[in-house]
Amino acid sequence: MSSPVSEREQKVLNIIETARAKRSKFRDTQITMAHGAGGKATQSLIEGLLVPSFANETLEAMADAGTVSVLGGNVAMTTDSFVVNPITFPGGTIGELAVNGTVNDLAMAGAKPLALTLSLILEEGLPADILKEQVAAVAKAASEAGVPIVAGDTKVVPRGMCDQMYMCTTGMGVLDDRASLSPSSLRPGDKILVSGRIGDHGTAIMLARGEFELDADIKSDTMCLWPMVDTLLDQAGPSLRCLRDATRGGVASVLNELARASRVAMIINEAAVPVHPAVAGAAEILGIDPMHVANEGKMVVIAAPEAADAALAALRSAPGGEAAAIIGECRTEPEGMVLMATAFGGKRVMDQLVGDPLPRIC
Amino acid sequence: MKYVDEFRDPALGEVLAGEILGLVEPGRHYKFMEVCGGHTHSIYKYGIDDLLPANVELVHGPGCPVCVIPMGRVDDGISLAHQPDVIFTCFGDMLRVPGSDGTLLDAKAEGADIRMVYSPLDALRIAKANPERPVIFFAIGFETTAPSTALTLKRAKAEGVSNFFCMCNHVTIVPPLRALLDSPDLRLDGFIGPGHVSTVVGVRPFEFIPAEYGKPIAVAGFEPLDVLHAIHMILTQLKEGRCEVENQYARVVPYDGNPRALQVMSEVFELRPHFEWRGMGFISQSGLKLSEAYADMDAEIQYGVPGIRVADPKACQCGEVLKGVIKPWECKVFGSGCTPERPIGTCMVSSEGACAAYYNYGRFAREREVV
Repeated sequence: MSSPVSEREQKVLNIIETARAKRSKFRDTQITMAHGAGGKATQSLIEGLLVPSFANETLEAMADAGTVSVLGGNVAMTTDSFVVNPITFPGGTIGELAVNGTVNDLAMAGAKPLALTLSLILEEGLPADILKEQVAAVAKAASEAGVPIVAGDTKVVPRGMCDQMYMCTTGMGVLDDRASLSPSSLRPGDKILVSGRIGDHGTAIMLARGEFELDADIKSDTMCLWPMVDTLLDQAGPSLRCLRDATRGGVASVLNELARASRVAMIINEAAVPVHPAVAGAAEILGIDPMHVANEGKMVVIAAPEAADAALAALRSAPGGEAAAIIGECRTEPEGMVLMATAFGGKRVMDQLVGDPLPRIC
Repeated sequence: MKYVDEFRDPALGEVLAGEILGLVEPGRHYKFMEVCGGHTHSIYKYGIDDLLPANVELVHGPGCPVCVIPMGRVDDGISLAHQPDVIFTCFGDMLRVPGSDGTLLDAKAEGADIRMVYSPLDALRIAKANPERPVIFFAIGFETTAPSTALTLKRAKAEGVSNFFCMCNHVTIVPPLRALLDSPDLRLDGFIGPGHVSTVVGVRPFEFIPAEYGKPIAVAGFEPLDVLHAIHMILTQLKEGRCEVENQYARVVPYDGNPRALQVMSEVFELRPHFEWRGMGFISQSGLKLSEAYADMDAEIQYGVPGIRVADPKACQCGEVLKGVIKPWECKVFGSGCTPERPIGTCMVSSEGACAAYYNYGRFAREREVV
């Protein structure tokens, strides 16, 4: 509907396009909180510093877990650190996150989780009762996920050098034969699904910090996704292109990463995206988009068009997947971009954020 | 959500869009400025642009309170944040606005105790919880947020909180509009008036726009139907040859505003002789500072700030973009020196600024042509 593009404008657009297609550079002079938020700043740190420094094919694939061939079989490995504040919040604790987060990264690679290791960094003065509580939470979550904690480490740092406790877990799993997943395998026509209502975890944490004086019954969605992935692989295994748990940066970050990796466009139907009414309300008040808010038990599923209904049925049949929905599809143009067809009837680009979603003043 | 969904009804939107199409004269190009950043946000969030005829263009105005803060003021804020023992508080989206040497987020990473607050009262609460430390609130915004800052300062004084200070960057809406209207190269056909500001100042202060400059204006709410309705009202005025102030947001905005809010503002603030706006330069009587009676809570007086003016880079043409004289891509530094990751001017700072939007969505605009 817009006016024709002039030659000069075309030139400027081409320059931008070239700049965007380039791998992000890491040019910042110091680390800010934005580098840990899962958005563009995180991406520049990973793509501009970490991946090139450790250059290898496995890492360059940028999957949630890396694969290693061992004695003819394929093993998936991943690691994750947990520094959440507060350490207990409605719907979960740091201990549950530490297990589920790593198990889910394995599941997203199509690997059945086999074992975890656990590192604890504890602050001097931490009440033993709090530690006991969190160790129990780890044990319970690990047992529910059917994954043993097979090794561990403990460090104590002086008071003030960490915030109560940090956890780091490393997970190992075995790649499932039914899966052939890759972030670069998306094709135009593929359907985009989410496994349930989005934005619960990040909103629960924001409210639990008590900064906003908002009271709402919102619980973290932390859960182990392997049983759901297991069902999904059973029902639609070979037709699944990619799975991603939508943690930091939310569903929007996942979709943008995948659109870039596969050089496809995505169109999302806003009205189809499942959001808990309380989350939608809190997001409305704070001026943030649930698509940018973290989840700890939700995944994005990309499936070939003919398998989309089977994938949806599989998700909905699994506990925690009742609200799963098909929210959009892949297209050819504009390559690498995620567009949102708004519930109001317009269209807009849904970009990644640079850092954390910050409440708006107006 | 009740009282929200009603104003987001896509079926009604379609009806309005159809009527708007019937109001435009073929071959005529319309440029309307939405003054307020909140409107710009709505326009992007709901894709309202997409529902308008190609010859109705929306120009994003200077009403984003975060983006108009000049670099020198950000630098002053950072210098306050680095003072010993200071707890520096500000709204979230201010944290990422670049000064001449980094943002408040960078200062935080360097060790300054900078905390995001959602209201000035949060800052006052922090002050009461830390009586031994000075707490500075970096106040920004138009008449929308100024009354809440004023009330907070009044309360702090009444309660005898002696460690609470304010660095005042509040601005007023009329002077920048007048500055825009005064420029000879302005190319605008009408204005979507700021709804939130008007809840405080009312509609009357905008009467000069049709009276003196002959441009129609409709003060509008922030839901997508509000924005479409306002565009409908302006186009109707143009079609009927009328030129006046209309109040689309009458469900919230009284014609004379909120007298109590205006009263508390006049107690606590006074006009600065001039204030600098990013991309627009100095505009006289456009900024507020704490009045004599509140000088003991004025962080600029109590702590002193460098106050060094940092000129907008010469190449930056935000002013022209704001006036609708040039398109973002016609600016000399667009996409090269000035990008959303490293913004120079106000239009690139906010993700909803005209330049950032064009940088991010330009290719999409091309796709729309094909569709």
